[in-house]
Amino acid sequence: MKTVKSLLLAGIAVAITGSMFITGCGGNGKAGGSDSTDNTILGAGATFPNPLYSKMFSEYNKATNLKVNYQSIGSGGGIQQLTSKTVDFGASDAPMNAKQDSAIAVPVVHIPATAGAVVLSYNLPDMKDTLMLSPDVLADIFLGNIKKWNDAKIKAINKDAKLPDMDIQVAHRSDGSGTTNIFTTYLTKVSKGWEEKVGKGSSVNWPVGLGGKGNEGVAGSVKQTPGAIGYVELAYAIQNNMAFAKMQNKAGNFITPSIASVTAAANITIPEDAKVSLTNTDAPDGYPISGLSWIIIYKEQKYNNRTIDKVTKMLKLIQWMAHDGQQYSAALNYAPLSSNAVSVGDALLKTVTFDGKPVLQ
Amino acid sequence: MDKSLNNENITRSSLKLERVIVSDKTSSIVKGAKRIRRSQQQIRTESIFKNTLVIISIFIIVVVFAILLTLFWQSIPAIKLTGISYLWGKVWDPVKDVFGVYPFILGTLLTSFLALIISIPFSFSVAIFLGEYFPKGTLSDLLKNTVELIAAVPSVIYGFWGLAVLVPIVRGFEAQIGVQTIGLGIFTSSVILAIMIIPYAASLGRSMIQMVPSNLKEAAYALGATRWEVIRSIIFPYTKSGLFAGVMLSLGRALGETMAVTMVIGNTSLIPKNIFSPGNTMASVIANEFTEADHPVYLSALIELGLVLFVVTVVINMIGKRFIKGFSNT
Repeated sequence: MKTVKSLLLAGIAVAITGSMFITGCGGNGKAGGSDSTDNTILGAGATFPNPLYSKMFSEYNKATNLKVNYQSIGSGGGIQQLTSKTVDFGASDAPMNAKQDSAIAVPVVHIPATAGAVVLSYNLPDMKDTLMLSPDVLADIFLGNIKKWNDAKIKAINKDAKLPDMDIQVAHRSDGSGTTNIFTTYLTKVSKGWEEKVGKGSSVNWPVGLGGKGNEGVAGSVKQTPGAIGYVELAYAIQNNMAFAKMQNKAGNFITPSIASVTAAANITIPEDAKVSLTNTDAPDGYPISGLSWIIIYKEQKYNNRTIDKVTKMLKLIQWMAHDGQQYSAALNYAPLSSNAVSVGDALLKTVTFDGKPVLQ
Repeated sequence: MDKSLNNENITRSSLKLERVIVSDKTSSIVKGAKRIRRSQQQIRTESIFKNTLVIISIFIIVVVFAILLTLFWQSIPAIKLTGISYLWGKVWDPVKDVFGVYPFILGTLLTSFLALIISIPFSFSVAIFLGEYFPKGTLSDLLKNTVELIAAVPSVIYGFWGLAVLVPIVRGFEAQIGVQTIGLGIFTSSVILAIMIIPYAASLGRSMIQMVPSNLKEAAYALGATRWEVIRSIIFPYTKSGLFAGVMLSLGRALGETMAVTMVIGNTSLIPKNIFSPGNTMASVIANEFTEADHPVYLSALIELGLVLFVVTVVINMIGKRFIKGFSNT
């Protein structure tokens, strides 16, 4: 009996030291994996561009025999894995924020890879025309200030439409997502009230409404509940034939969300670091709730015993994605990059170094 | 300790014997030596087997404590930020780093206990029906397998069924009793959970009822007791603790269920006003927000939520054990 007892104590001691060791390891992030083989590139991140990336990687594999293993674990997860150096590149729908920058400590570059949009889908049984929304009205609906569909503010924009005397039922994403990030970034930009009360992020504290898991969760709520309004990705809405609203952009035009109007939104001056939000841009025919999706890599690529061969292969892959890879966008309902975004991405790729020397000429 | 010492003594003495045997070389002693060698081997197998069991059981203990410690370790940043007010804070706002989990604890406990209340009549009826009235036969086999099938269906299917079928029904019901007509909410999740946890209490209850000694029951029948009287005054007192253990097992399942609940609870961080309001549970918040927790304190707050869920489950289980003990003493 005594042995069992002492063994038990020893076991608990092992548990304590073991878990400390594990957590300690996680913190230091020395776990390898990026140096497994030179012909496989590991990536992790955003779920939104995953169908497009999968297509791109499989086409690239046919052409060059380079294997890309991409795990769509979410933007936050992708940045975390890049921070702990377990992947070669991260992918994100939102540029890295100040807290993530300080966690990663060394410079990274954001290369635009594709663009998407968030659309407002609604369920109004008698509504024949397309609903039109202005930024103020949209913010007031999601803040809970406008509660009825026949509110004077909605009527003022939709003059000819027959708006019912019905409660507005707001639906939003319950899971943290890049879609939510783009949507709340837009609302923060256009509404003071939203900025003060809620703010932007991949999950926020929603003042009203029901949460659904994933695009399909929000779409389900909207389809089932008369009087509901919710936001989903453009690609999802197109594929499922959902009704979506025209949004008023900064120039004052009401824009139907489409692949063309999203690409148009990106037709602006993109800053050198490409970390730009495409929400509420100046483009006169651009859809205002758009966003870029980035590939994120370290600026200095010499870490974890990486070879220059592997780094070159990876950079060529990213370059290919921004150029030739864009041809697969339209078929999958993604918006191709605007020429401005592509050229900024090219310039950024040339700044990537290996042991202090630029890799691509 | 004593046993292992004895084992050693045996091995040592047999070794000496062997030496003696080798020097003697008479046939009868050689036979004896073979027997001794075999018994030595048996002892060795025995001790290997015993050690394996001990190591494996200790490994399980180590894993549980390692999980607990990891959870605690990783939640230190959040504990430093919010302190103990984490538990009764009413606002969960990852953007402003305000973390209060009171609405989620409330949601978890409300859905689980409501589910338990709804499921108990069903699971006990099934247990009594299968254990006492019809232990054998086609109908009871069908019922038994069906109930077991409930446990085998993946929870995402319950969630989907809930969303497609149950939510509209509940919405109609809500319209009739005059509360807000959403359909999604705590009541709907409780109904789904109730269905999911029926088999746990039912199966354990059934086997408990079948284990009631038949001489007790026969004696009661001989004294003129009816079926109902036998169930009430023989079977129920005899199986009380077993039935309760089944209920605790169900509760444990309900507390941790994630997927089905997430799909029908409405996922809002506001405090539920009544049982028809939308809400959120601890498990569904973790499942929803973990992948995109984009700054370290947020991630840590979610891990702390896992720690709270762990502790709540352990506490409820301990209370349950105490109850079971109380039952079996009487």
